Amino acid sequence: MTIELTPTALTPSRPQLDGTQFDTLDALESEAIHIFREVAGEFERPVILFSGGKDSTVLLHLAIKAFWPAPVPFTLLHVDTGHNLQEVLDFRDHVVAKYNLRLQVASVEEYLADGRLTERPDGIRNPLQTVPLLDSIAENRFDAVFGGARRDEERARAKERIFSLRNSFGQWDPKKQRPELWNLYNGRHSPGEQVRVFPLSNFTELDIWRYIARDNIELASIYYAHQRPVYQRDGMWMTPGVWGGPTEGEELQTLSVRYRTVGDGSTTGAVLSEASDNEAILAEVAASRLTERGATRGDDRVSEAAMEDRKREGYF
Amino acid sequence: MSDLQAPSNHSAQLLRLATAGSVDDGKSTLVGRLLYDTKSVLADQIDAVTRASVDRGLDTPDLSLLVDGLRAEREQGITIDVAYRYFATPNRTFVLADTPGHVQYTRNTVSGASTAQLVILLVDARKGVISQTRRHAAVLALLGVPKLVLAVNKIDLVENPEEVFASISAEFNELTSSLGWASEDVVEIPVSALHGDNVAIRSDKTPYYTGPTLIEHLESIPVDAEPHRVGLRFPVQYVIRPRTAEFLDYRGYAGQIAAGSVVPGDEVVILPSGTRTTVVRIDTADGELDVAHAGRSVTLILADDVDVSRGDTIASPSDAPEPIGEFDATVCWLAEKPLRPGARLLLKHGTRTTQAIVGSLVERFNEQDLTTDPSPETLELNEIGKISVRVAEPIVADDYTVNRHTGSFLLIDPAGGNTLAAGLVGDVIAAVELGERV
Repeated sequence: MTIELTPTALTPSRPQLDGTQFDTLDALESEAIHIFREVAGEFERPVILFSGGKDSTVLLHLAIKAFWPAPVPFTLLHVDTGHNLQEVLDFRDHVVAKYNLRLQVASVEEYLADGRLTERPDGIRNPLQTVPLLDSIAENRFDAVFGGARRDEERARAKERIFSLRNSFGQWDPKKQRPELWNLYNGRHSPGEQVRVFPLSNFTELDIWRYIARDNIELASIYYAHQRPVYQRDGMWMTPGVWGGPTEGEELQTLSVRYRTVGDGSTTGAVLSEASDNEAILAEVAASRLTERGATRGDDRVSEAAMEDRKREGYF
Repeated sequence: MSDLQAPSNHSAQLLRLATAGSVDDGKSTLVGRLLYDTKSVLADQIDAVTRASVDRGLDTPDLSLLVDGLRAEREQGITIDVAYRYFATPNRTFVLADTPGHVQYTRNTVSGASTAQLVILLVDARKGVISQTRRHAAVLALLGVPKLVLAVNKIDLVENPEEVFASISAEFNELTSSLGWASEDVVEIPVSALHGDNVAIRSDKTPYYTGPTLIEHLESIPVDAEPHRVGLRFPVQYVIRPRTAEFLDYRGYAGQIAAGSVVPGDEVVILPSGTRTTVVRIDTADGELDVAHAGRSVTLILADDVDVSRGDTIASPSDAPEPIGEFDATVCWLAEKPLRPGARLLLKHGTRTTQAIVGSLVERFNEQDLTTDPSPETLELNEIGKISVRVAEPIVADDYTVNRHTGSFLLIDPAGGNTLAAGLVGDVIAAVELGERV
């Protein structure tokens, strides 16, 4: 499919493995690889959503493993809200170059500039990603769209299948989900419909961090503690940027922080942290009394069913 | 959380489990309790549940709101769809499929239980073993769930708990042994999900019970990912051919081992063609393996340049299954539109999807009284029956009772693409009736 690309072999980190050992991470890895290969075997035009965040970085790592030593037979798609942190965009481009991948960018900024989308009064752009995402899927006739969503993130996601059929509007109907049996994934769909595929469904946040540590996966720098000018809003430490802030009464301070999730700069906050390596982060995540989304994601606080509502509209 | 989920623990085993039970027996509360007691619920989730409970005029946080996430579920106060939950103890991590109890959602119970190594079946101590319990146990037997736990819930609400627990346990043991479970695979535990008795903490209100708490049991029960009843079964998923300067002649067969094990040097047979060759190497992106067991995704390098493609199966020659074109199967019908003889469908087995024609409906299985009706005219939503199937391309299957992965298939609507049935190769109903589940 992509014979023009040069494969980049992963550095074997565990040569001549002891095949008898098979722990939780091995099981989760094997499941994700199986899912990637099923999609490659059954779909015409799959695409991987890649934001530069930790989950999509792990997703890409697993895709590379699934097809090694051949190149990943999928394009990457990033829906850029225009409010992303520069470090994340730099990391995205670095990874694409490092593994010789193909990247498409769907830009919310362009949609705002030509009037196809209108800025929301609250300035939050995450919900605006849905239209460029669906347009991009339609224009490219993508039939399978990989996402890095995990079921432990949110109540509505806990109900999500690994293969999730969406209609031509990208909509999810939780009452009409196909039963998912054994590891037999049904990817049948009509023209115009697509299947969202979630290979990381059964990973938890802690599994993701254990896996990052075990495989020594390179991440965007903002996941590790660093000095950053931030201001406090709604209990979250926000980075100033084109999205506005700090406003009156919000004091800019330089503190040691890190990000637990990467999303829009206007809704995603940092946490105070000194954890600068994987081991320290693992300890911090294991001890945290807040979920990553509850701690740092403004968009999930909108209503009790905010995620379900956005998924119904075509979001992940 | 930190004490239970030690980050240094890299060798934790994964256990997949599911819940089953009838409506209002406290299933969501038990799941909420499991999450809460393993410290898998964090402060903001508790806050959200507390807020939602106050909004609904409740005095105490309703733990079931932790798991009922859809708008319609919260409106109706019931669980509609399977939800997947995650919790961990120092020795194990758990993926729990929380399934709805309503009869009309039996298909979700089937989905949740299809991958479960253990199922927690709930009964209300005040009601005991009811028809829905029998129905669920029969479905679980059919799906070959290896281990069962009966959680006798609301034990604090009965007058003679010791007698009630003993009598429910005896009745349940009789039921499960008639369905083919060995007694060591079935455990009964008296619990109160609401108060947490015997879930994570041993209750002093149940002195008559000396067994483990639910969590102790889940943590310590030995479970094989897949028992080694057959030799290698490797459904080929994808052929890896880089065609690059560095890997010009590389041709690897990628897949997840469905049964058995493989070691470099093993002789294998490619099915359905019957060609024989040898495994030269087991590749992964992290390096070569000296052995690989069921469950692991690997890439096999073969000695000869043989014709192998997606849908083929690489198997051990000593017990290689005969490719079959026509067979009897048990199906759980999952669609609104009933199944009739002569239906033309798609059948997905392993990595092969082929056209299929349903011959006759041999019998319908009545889960209430565990009897069968011969030659039914249709199979309706949630009904289980035996059918005969003819496939356009042969499949390489084992009897479901021998291996869940190579013995299972889906029936798919060729028009709309929906999954219509869960299928099990082999004469499983008879085995269930005779109490001879292998």
